[in-house]
Amino acid sequence: MVEWTDSERAIINSIFSNLDYEEIGRKSLCRCLIVYPWTQRYFGGFGNLYNAETILCNPLIAAHGTKILHGLDRALKNMDDIKNTYAELSLLHSDKLHVDPDNFRLLADCLTVVIAAKMGPAFTVETQVAWQKFLSVVVSALGRQYH
Amino acid sequence: MSLTSKQKATVKDFFSKMSTRSDDIGAEALSRLVAVYPQTKSYFSHWKDASPGSAPVRKHGITIMGGVYDAVGKIDDLKGGLLSLSELHAFMLRVDPVNFKLLAHCMLVCMSMIFPEEFTPQVHVAVDKFLAQLALALAEKYR
Repeated sequence: MVEWTDSERAIINSIFSNLDYEEIGRKSLCRCLIVYPWTQRYFGGFGNLYNAETILCNPLIAAHGTKILHGLDRALKNMDDIKNTYAELSLLHSDKLHVDPDNFRLLADCLTVVIAAKMGPAFTVETQVAWQKFLSVVVSALGRQYH
Repeated sequence: MSLTSKQKATVKDFFSKMSTRSDDIGAEALSRLVAVYPQTKSYFSHWKDASPGSAPVRKHGITIMGGVYDAVGKIDDLKGGLLSLSELHAFMLRVDPVNFKLLAHCMLVCMSMIFPEEFTPQVHVAVDKFLAQLALALAEKYR
């Protein structure tokens, strides 16, 4: 079981309560598709991903970015049992979507970079530690049901 | 995954913009490395204080960033240009190459924090590729 200090819980909750899901979700997924172009393999049905500019203007990608970010709400509400909270989603990503779980880490890294840009100096060392701990638990839970 | 000439130009341009804050970015990046990935402190057991923000950590972060800037100048031949640094890392320091990726991530986070407008996805991919090539060049002599 993952142990969370009060400070870590407060930091994570604070980030989410100030989060613009549309903006951050869109920016994070777009950044992932641009910085790690092989991730585009999972988005065949999402229209034009020809270059960075078209990716950044793609409404289907924007909507999906928002959806993914809202998926993190579940972890936020169940911080003491993220592992089981994501069991079903993990199976979905493994059996239906066939996503290589390394991609969860790539997207998590892009999300961190986007949030760092948004928060600037407020993204302190302590904040980054808590945030990356949270994301690593999510990433681990999402990969757990792969077989 | 080698750099296109456009990406090399992007890297040089961004690093030039960043130069006024390069010490801060280097110091912050190493602080964040030891904070977010505490296992990296194992390389600094000879320091009295290897905690995030400590004087030796900040100083060393600045040294490392200096090395990265030097590498920008050698972007057309990283392997050749970084030969002696590679030997240092291979035979003396023996830093596990996985840590280069972790430090690169922390550098990207700092760049993003300090230059949110300039650190676009296009700049991000170019810098990420550059840092990956740098890491490869540093690990060249490992085995």
